[in-house]
Amino acid sequence: MAEATIKPLTLNFGPQHPAAHGVLRLVMEMDGEIIERADPHIGLLHRGTEKLIEYKTYLQALPYFDRLDYVAPMNQEHVYALAIEKLLKIEVPKRGQYIRVLYCEIGRILNHILNITTFAIDVGAMTPILWGFEQREKLMEFYERACGARLHAAYFRPGGVHQDLPAGLLADISTFCAQFPAFLDDLEGLLTENRIFRQRTVDIGTINFDEAMDWGFSGPMLRGSGVAWDLRKSQPYDCYDEIDFDIPVGKNGDCFDRYLVRIEEMRQSQRIIEQCIEKMPEGPVLAPNHKVTPPRRDDMKRSMEALIHHFKLYTEGFHVPEGETYTAVEAPKGEFGVYLVADGSNRPYRCKIKAPGFAHLAAMDYMCRGHMLADSVAILGSMDIVFGEVDR
Amino acid sequence: MNQALLDLGEYIASALGEAITGTELKNDELVLWAKPDTLLKVLKFLRDNQNCQFRQLAEVTAVDYPSREMRFELVYCLLSLTHNQRIKVKIAATEEEPVESATSLFSSAIWYEREVWDMYGIFFANHPDLRRILTDYGFEGHPLRKDFPLTGYVEVRYDETQKRVVYEPVKLSQEFRNFDFSSPWEGIVQLPGDEKAEKEKEGGVA
Repeated sequence: MAEATIKPLTLNFGPQHPAAHGVLRLVMEMDGEIIERADPHIGLLHRGTEKLIEYKTYLQALPYFDRLDYVAPMNQEHVYALAIEKLLKIEVPKRGQYIRVLYCEIGRILNHILNITTFAIDVGAMTPILWGFEQREKLMEFYERACGARLHAAYFRPGGVHQDLPAGLLADISTFCAQFPAFLDDLEGLLTENRIFRQRTVDIGTINFDEAMDWGFSGPMLRGSGVAWDLRKSQPYDCYDEIDFDIPVGKNGDCFDRYLVRIEEMRQSQRIIEQCIEKMPEGPVLAPNHKVTPPRRDDMKRSMEALIHHFKLYTEGFHVPEGETYTAVEAPKGEFGVYLVADGSNRPYRCKIKAPGFAHLAAMDYMCRGHMLADSVAILGSMDIVFGEVDR
Repeated sequence: MNQALLDLGEYIASALGEAITGTELKNDELVLWAKPDTLLKVLKFLRDNQNCQFRQLAEVTAVDYPSREMRFELVYCLLSLTHNQRIKVKIAATEEEPVESATSLFSSAIWYEREVWDMYGIFFANHPDLRRILTDYGFEGHPLRKDFPLTGYVEVRYDETQKRVVYEPVKLSQEFRNFDFSSPWEGIVQLPGDEKAEKEKEGGVA
């Protein structure tokens, strides 16, 4: 038979596909079942967050950060609060710092549970998501008890956190921590040695250190390739330098290693939470500078000055001196940064949000080439993509 | 940290000579000002030099200053894992002059530059795939420019007769309200209504 050239088949994956983790439209050129080119079309969830922030006061812009990576909302608020604090040069009281770190680590566990269990469902395991969401729900309750909302917290504020923790919450978080390792063992029992899971993930989407650097990877995607780089250790913010924890690293940089890194990170997060509870100092949770942070409610009943501060803060907002900063934190997905330009007014002049998922998804084409169609789902799952932050 | 960054800035400025037009250290962050035509040389030096090793391009973004002659400020944020340092390289850009793409040095620049093109309309020369990225298919304009209105120009709705989504010019049922609560009296030396008293005082003296 004469040789025939076959035109590559174009396959449209998503945006309405459960394995697309939201609204990813992936246009793939296939040679049989081999991916020749994968072109992610993003922006279906673009809400113009950066533009909207330019029209809001600094405090009004804060809730937008919850809506970026809605899987771990407080980690995003953290970077924004840190950036403002850096420009205003204000110190957060110790208790405020510990509460923030505590909630950041709860956010990390929230994120990793969601990622690992949905990743598992993508490669064919149904049970982890059912078990994982039970744990997530408990953590969401801790969010709710601290700030009144399960998801859109708006809890971290420039200068600390909005309010102190209610009585008994720390004891309940301790109880959660005590039972959490058992859940992780169960989860690992389902996945780590599972033959199907390993067949779907080992040696899939391998990326080495140089490639990971070139593509701007961060977080578990970088650590999976064997780099012990974690901003919590290398550029510590808040009280991370007072806390003892380890950074897990992978060896091969494949989907399976990234899964292992995330599992171990959850164990480390649990360690951090326990240390935070143990070391939690007494004292205020918000900086006492009332030009930036609101006065206490009972002061407002008696002090005219406190009332004026409150009124000015919630109408005009505070002014940030002229300047700019690029501040980054280790969010669960990787380096989450804010490039904030202040012009001395009460609104940000420019607020660029650096989302880790954006850089990861940019490498989708590179990582998928030559893989089978089904592997693209595994690679996407291991990247930990949430479209709230990718599209902004 | 501070001194190390200052030294690094001086070292880079002396090594690159005219390609660097200025260095500044603000809020413990080092900023290098480069010229558009030698940008790639600077980035390559920062990536490959032993004392720099800024091997990761963490971010490319722009800031719009419509009053300036070169209205855009293009910012490249670099990260060095080896030295645990961050650095920002800035160039001035306009909407007419293309900027040389950094994709040959950093693959991550492919999407970052696509985003800058989409949001600001700064054109990158020799970019392998300069398409819009975040906005809708067929979108017109560059939304993050300061002269682009917050409400945009078009809105979409599903048309029952045509059985598809249609684009229409934005119709605001209520005028766009831009609340500005800045104190009206800050920076005012003379209070409104006080002119008369001042005049009387002057008159009294004369």
